[in-house]
Amino acid sequence: MTEFLQQVLNGVSLGAIYALIALGYTMVYGVLRFINFAHSDVFMLGAFVGWATVERLHLPTRSFGGGLAALALAMVVCAILGVVIEKLAYKPLRNRSTLTVLITAIGVSLLIQNVSQNPTIGFGPNPRAYPELFPARQIHLGGLTVSTNQIVVLAVTVVLLAVLHWIVHRTRTGTAMRALSFNATAASLVGINNDRIISFTFALGSALAGAGGVLYATLYPSIDPLMGTLPGLKAFVAAVLGGIGNLPGAALGGLLIGLVETFVSGTRLSTFRDAIAFAILIAILLFRPAGLLGKLKVEKV
Amino acid sequence: MFPPRSQRILLAVLAASALLSAVSGRLNPYFLDVALGAGISVVLASSLNLINGFTGQFSLGHAGFMAVGAYASAMLTTTLAPRLGLSANLLQWVFFPLSLVAGGLLAALAGVAVGAPSLRLKGDYLAIVTLGFGEIIKVVLQNVDAVGASRGLTGIPSHTNFFWVFGSAAVTVYVVWALLNSTYGRGFLAVADDEVAAEAMGLNTTGYKITAFVVGAFFAGVAGGLYAHLKGYLNPGGFSFDKSIEIVVMVILGGMGRHSGVVVAALLLTVLTESLRQTGAFRMIVYSVLLIVLMLTRPQGLFVWPLWSKKEGRP
Repeated sequence: MTEFLQQVLNGVSLGAIYALIALGYTMVYGVLRFINFAHSDVFMLGAFVGWATVERLHLPTRSFGGGLAALALAMVVCAILGVVIEKLAYKPLRNRSTLTVLITAIGVSLLIQNVSQNPTIGFGPNPRAYPELFPARQIHLGGLTVSTNQIVVLAVTVVLLAVLHWIVHRTRTGTAMRALSFNATAASLVGINNDRIISFTFALGSALAGAGGVLYATLYPSIDPLMGTLPGLKAFVAAVLGGIGNLPGAALGGLLIGLVETFVSGTRLSTFRDAIAFAILIAILLFRPAGLLGKLKVEKV
Repeated sequence: MFPPRSQRILLAVLAASALLSAVSGRLNPYFLDVALGAGISVVLASSLNLINGFTGQFSLGHAGFMAVGAYASAMLTTTLAPRLGLSANLLQWVFFPLSLVAGGLLAALAGVAVGAPSLRLKGDYLAIVTLGFGEIIKVVLQNVDAVGASRGLTGIPSHTNFFWVFGSAAVTVYVVWALLNSTYGRGFLAVADDEVAAEAMGLNTTGYKITAFVVGAFFAGVAGGLYAHLKGYLNPGGFSFDKSIEIVVMVILGGMGRHSGVVVAALLLTVLTESLRQTGAFRMIVYSVLLIVLMLTRPQGLFVWPLWSKKEGRP
């Protein structure tokens, strides 16, 4: 029983990070109807910004203040990056076919990965040890072992989700976002500046990915330029599982994927843990293509 | 009584590759290696073109199908062939092509397994599912000890020669071309142009998509077999996402849904990759920049006539 609870705890903290990334996928899909492949690389760069705060800006390690500053900085840098990517690569393609945009997104993703991997202009391909941003201590609760990092991950995620919920449901910009994802033409007819809202959505999603990057690296303290690919894909699966375009769905999907992955790691199938997310994806697409919380849309001509 | 023009071209290319094969031993081995690699790229790009270009789907798992074919045919020639006690000639000219076909069939089977659940969905989902499939294949190959796990599969006999590579390339291009120019094949284009309209006309759109997927996967499997018996060594890491992207770039550069453009692009990119080998770290940067710039300025592909056409390529 204790072991079960321990696994649940580990799964939830991993799932919280997947949820943060999945929200970015789902929000962008909501407004632009395409999969932002470069999202996983924004996540990776978020982790690297956290690393740079310690290695380059010499922020204190093992302190809550320094850790939160690193987190905030990663979010800001990623938000800016997300907007820049959107303006340079996706905006010129606004009325083109989805495939064109998708291929461009893959191109952007490959560009970020390979520039980061390049030893002369990027970080180089070798993994780096991640500094301890937050004070790491183990707390024993009964038979459970809880690390302070897990508490930080969960607390930060809950706060960010609450803020996101507030933005989307209580502010004018959030209302505009929802209007845009409901019907882009109608939204622009009632005076919403679609381009501004799309940029804002990218900023919001990328900031969450940046936070996710720092938190992920806190739990698994080794970073490299390709670290984003697998968590990114799993987060995408989470977004589809919850119903793409649906914010609570993305959070729920993230938690579920995190839990499943942790439980699979605990069995003899542990070497297949990376494949399990895709098996889930294929299963959802077979049985419930709209996702757990999504509604199936009928295509009208 | 001559066969139609297209079949004459096919026969001519087959004859030419057989002739060249006879003298290929005298060629510079490095040049031969690059040429064979380019031929395999033609098989891969033309078969992907059927899926991504003509049928308007978006598969990112072509390297996965290639891996299935590569491992299947390599297993046949490394484990089954020695027990049969065949002569070298029989191995080279009978057993090897049969193993290529077997690898292709297994890849086609994988194509059904991946395509059937996911092809009912739209493009971007398919991209992710096929990408995921490629990853699953890689993870499975890395964990199955019988095929060498992550150490890789070694000691594969080098049966691949000029004739098999360029013969396969010619057959692939011909099959894709003939399929699309048949009455049945017009349906692929209809699915790409407007799926809803095609369905309203009574076409089984899912059936077309799966057919495209299966045929494409088959030839990817054959290409994998050729690759395995060219390099003599297989490693699951060699069939990664990057490999799939390389093939996708060939199709896009050649103009999605163009036969000759894609062949030219496949040949050109293989040679380009070879010449960029010294600048190894910058190769993928060049690829990705090429991809973005191409999509922004010339989504119909580079080698599309008329060159100044502003028309977007097949979706």
